[in-house]
Amino acid sequence: MSIGVLVFPGSNCDRDVQWATEGCLGMSTRRIWHEETDLSGLDAVVLPGGFSYGDYLRCGAIARFAPALESLLGFAAAGGRVLGSCNGFQVLTELGLLPGALTRNRALHFICEDAPLQVVSSRTPWLKQYGTDTALSLPIAHGEGRYQCSDETLKQLQDADAIALRYRHNPNGSVGDIAGITNNVGNVLGLMPHPERACDPAIGGTDGRVLLQGLLS
Amino acid sequence: MTVPRYKARVLVRLRPSVLDPAGEATRGAAERLGVEGISKLRIGKAIELELEASDADEARRRLELLSDRLLANPVIEDWSLELQDS
Repeated sequence: MSIGVLVFPGSNCDRDVQWATEGCLGMSTRRIWHEETDLSGLDAVVLPGGFSYGDYLRCGAIARFAPALESLLGFAAAGGRVLGSCNGFQVLTELGLLPGALTRNRALHFICEDAPLQVVSSRTPWLKQYGTDTALSLPIAHGEGRYQCSDETLKQLQDADAIALRYRHNPNGSVGDIAGITNNVGNVLGLMPHPERACDPAIGGTDGRVLLQGLLS
Repeated sequence: MTVPRYKARVLVRLRPSVLDPAGEATRGAAERLGVEGISKLRIGKAIELELEASDADEARRRLELLSDRLLANPVIEDWSLELQDS
């Protein structure tokens, strides 16, 4: 059982993810340069936070054309677990693995704080262990995290029970207080919060541990 | 025979339904500058391109693909294309 962490030029949470998954949780993890296309032997792939390709054009717009993401489409279609956090979530929406888009925070500020969250759906393996309506706290750190989608898409997300996490105090203007969503099948999760920054008791809370254990559970 | 060259400009705008906080902040600065009467200000992008293509239709076809798949994100943005002979 092994986890891959994709590394783009400008990623800056890739080592933090590896520290969380391998250092704190003891799960075998390797980092994968974005030009690699071989995802064989992996059970889960994480797209980390950061500023891939400098966030030029739009966040995630250029990263979505990286060779590794061509392979990721097949990996996800075959049921492999895919987690995108922060910039990784932005890449997953640009890639079309998740609906909607992430846009500039309502108040324009870059927000770096602990965000109180609510588990909306515990249908998927990522959040099953928390249980629906559980309150948790995870760090957020983003300037462009305002989730935006059409009314039709929002209804589809609700009908499919695909809204995974909501903010309890909407920090950025996201539609429906949305902090994280899954695809319909449930093997792909994108969220703006950083679970990898909430795994090591030495640097704060540990509410992210269960979510990251969902990579291989 | 030389391949025709074209110049193009793609304008990318936020969809009307999408909040533009940067535009609102700029509108606030316009008021502080003393420029009165601006009731709406929204910020987009202009992308200028030059390309070679067999004819204008072919140039337009490529630029439409580019605009729809890369330059704009249709979830939040609209785009328009201006094409001219170089």
